[in-house]
Amino acid sequence: MTDIVAQPATADAKAAPDTMAWDSGLRRLMMIYLPLGCFVLILLFPFYWMAITSFKPNAELMNYKEHNPFWISSPTLAHIKHLLFDTAYPRWLWTTMLVAIGSTTLSLIASTLAAYAIERLRFRGSAYVGLGIYLAYLVPPSILFIPLATVVVQFGLFDSPLALILVYPTFLVPFCTWLLIGYFKSIPYELEECALVDGATRLQILRRITLPLAVPGLISAGIFSFTLSWNEFIYALAFIQSGANKTVPVAILTELVTGDVYQWGALMAGSLLGSLPVAIFYSLFVDYYMSSLTGAVKE
Amino acid sequence: MSVTTLSSPVLAQRQPSWLVRLFDYKPFLIVMCLAPAIGLLAVFLTYPLGLGIWLAFTDTTIGRKGVYVGLENFQYLLTDSLWWNAVFYSVVYTAIATFGKFALGFWLALLLNNHFPLKSLLRAIILMPWIVPTVLSALAFWWIYDPQFSIISYLLVDVLHWRTTNIDFLGSPWPARFSLIAANIWRGIPFVAISLLAGLQTISPSLYEAAMLDGATAWQRFRYITFPMMMPILAIVMTFSIIFTFTDFQLVYAITRGGPGNSTHLLATLAFQRGIAGGELGEGAAIAVSMIPFLVFATLFSYFGLARRKWQQGENND
Repeated sequence: MTDIVAQPATADAKAAPDTMAWDSGLRRLMMIYLPLGCFVLILLFPFYWMAITSFKPNAELMNYKEHNPFWISSPTLAHIKHLLFDTAYPRWLWTTMLVAIGSTTLSLIASTLAAYAIERLRFRGSAYVGLGIYLAYLVPPSILFIPLATVVVQFGLFDSPLALILVYPTFLVPFCTWLLIGYFKSIPYELEECALVDGATRLQILRRITLPLAVPGLISAGIFSFTLSWNEFIYALAFIQSGANKTVPVAILTELVTGDVYQWGALMAGSLLGSLPVAIFYSLFVDYYMSSLTGAVKE
Repeated sequence: MSVTTLSSPVLAQRQPSWLVRLFDYKPFLIVMCLAPAIGLLAVFLTYPLGLGIWLAFTDTTIGRKGVYVGLENFQYLLTDSLWWNAVFYSVVYTAIATFGKFALGFWLALLLNNHFPLKSLLRAIILMPWIVPTVLSALAFWWIYDPQFSIISYLLVDVLHWRTTNIDFLGSPWPARFSLIAANIWRGIPFVAISLLAGLQTISPSLYEAAMLDGATAWQRFRYITFPMMMPILAIVMTFSIIFTFTDFQLVYAITRGGPGNSTHLLATLAFQRGIAGGELGEGAAIAVSMIPFLVFATLFSYFGLARRKWQQGENND
């Protein structure tokens, strides 16, 4: 969060060498705007292609000779209608939302408490606990999904969204704890000391002083967790079997891809709709994403 | 800390409830605060990690408890050409994709470090590939790589007339491998660029001013200021990137599922195919465990290889 405040200052300071370095406008165009334009074009093209395919009628999709593929002559909502009314798509969206919100809440509570204990209650070995939680982030899901599947079966949670809510914190908690430790560090300890002197209990301090001051950090951690759990794939693929309980990314790949002729219109419409919630979420909280991403790296 | 010991008795007088006092007792509070996080990680991360290593030494299948078979699974893997294929492709995939991501990502970060209108909007847009679920953008790539209706083929054949036939992106091994690597680079650039941009912004402009007064060229400024100053952050971002590229699953599973002819299997997709889809949990776990040495090696290499450079330059990078 400090980055947001700090950025304008560094940005102004950086202006000086830049103006010195770049003399001619043409050179600037060739060296900066042209490559930037290419980057943006390539990075965004798949989304454009996804969006435009979702609204194309099938006749246009498969006929590049008569229709310019980069544009739609007669846009249609047929694919989206098919998705919403002929498939379990609304159900998948709902499950994904439920899983994302559930695991985000769980991870936020666990990591706020852990970060508070590590950063503020400072006990012997707190640095090692912090390091241990951080190392947990380096264990990739690809190594864990097979044994986790057996654990999930043991707990009787196979094929239940609850399994995902409980498993996702394994990669959310390390990230959130890490982020919140950094955030708690930026809150002056003197505030807590004052409250201690005034006779507040530790929990009162956490609730009344530290948490309200840490709200931006909590938002960062929350939106990040939401995005990561929305996007998670391998656990959802391995632990959920029945069509109705699948999350959007898994369901599109396993339920909509049928037979040899791919329904590209429906597939792309599904991808577009599945991407929209995180994209909207992202556009609302862009600054928080930026600061948590960069803050996490700097930490 | 001395404040704590002073205030506790005071509180005890004012708030007689034993529950409140218990929760203000520091060791108890520490345990309570750490319990949810440590508990979740222990049950769903540490335990499965150990269980996975144990499973790799058993012949467990879905629905049947296995017995200890020693190194049999690993011995089998060493004779399995599919496993060697997956190792080979995982290494190639990681090496090329990491190189591409960092070369292009660093370039993009340098570009974004300039001043131009709508900079923050552009920065926000660029992160999109990283925000959107990987599987869903992978589906878009699958469609872009379609053998018949690929938009890239259309551009090259019908618009630019550079080729006469459509490109068969996913139909034969090497084109399929490179198509997947391209998709992975596409997805990885934003994260690398935005992280490195944060690093670039911490470099003090006074260093560049001093270098320019001494007559350093743009390349020299990059080589002797930007690059060394970025080393620590590069080491961290690269370690992460290598770990998550090597263990990648989603892109390959969504686009080729290991085909054509098992040529694009990564270790993770092979482990899934054997372990979950095929039901051979023991063998799948062995494949997953076989990733660990590579990961440890790659992590040590990228972290210490790059971090040592920082030590050589001294610690004065504030």
